[in-house]
Amino acid sequence: MDVRLINPFVQSVKRVFETMVHVKMNVGKPFLKGDRVCSADVSGIIGFSGDAAGCVVLSFANDVACKAASQFACTEIDGNHPDFADAIGELANMVAGNAKKEFADLNIQISLPSVVIGKQFVVSNSNTTPRIVIPCTCELGEIIVEVAMELGTINEERKAATAVAGANS
Amino acid sequence: MRVMLVDDSRTIRNIQKNVLAQLGHTDILEAGDGVEALALLEKTASDSSKPELILIDWNMPNMDGITLVRKIRETDKVTPLIMCTTEAQKDRVIEAIKAGVNNYVVKPFNVESLAEKIDQTMAKVAAG
Repeated sequence: MDVRLINPFVQSVKRVFETMVHVKMNVGKPFLKGDRVCSADVSGIIGFSGDAAGCVVLSFANDVACKAASQFACTEIDGNHPDFADAIGELANMVAGNAKKEFADLNIQISLPSVVIGKQFVVSNSNTTPRIVIPCTCELGEIIVEVAMELGTINEERKAATAVAGANS
Repeated sequence: MRVMLVDDSRTIRNIQKNVLAQLGHTDILEAGDGVEALALLEKTASDSSKPELILIDWNMPNMDGITLVRKIRETDKVTPLIMCTTEAQKDRVIEAIKAGVNNYVVKPFNVESLAEKIDQTMAKVAAG
């Protein structure tokens, strides 16, 4: 597990929830996930492309998602509200976007958010990319951040070029 | 002051509307992407009610924010534009400024920082 890939998401989820949802986020020890199934009620998903491939998934139990969406939007939002999925997607977008800035030397694009409402789905990208779970808790309940991210070959070439330039300077 | 909000997230537009209401601005136009925004700008240009400030998200469907900024600046060098986005990398900020934005707000933002950037932008424009 490469902490350089995980720490930006840890910092980002704390920053986004403290600033936009007004809750202090406690982050537990990240661990490798053995399967690819998402079991939460509601999930916001953002894909990565460019110098990195993969995705980040924010997952919530339904009541936690409603409370988070309501505190974010500053209005009561339940699971049937027309802005429910929008709010969850935007939170995922902010977590991904804010983490992205920590990879300053990489050209990474993030997708528009997708929101899945319903349990037991699989986010299918690479079978070999490790999936790391960052367990988070706050006064609203538990929020799971799942990161599956792999740096592309272009980055290896750039790293090699940087090393050569450094050695020659 | 009439303000246009361009963001594909209605939640974000509502948060921005609340901030603008606190600053006394309640005349708001909304668009969910760059294409909708351009259509609305064309419409308001013809009836002389065009916005005096535009807040623009970067990542949107159909037409993204940076393309919208460039399109607006082809014909309008004056209307203040604020990019409000999760895109926080330095090269993105530089790209947006080169394209013609007057200010830049990184999401997540708190109410105070957004209000401050709006005030700051309008004060600069007023000062010429």
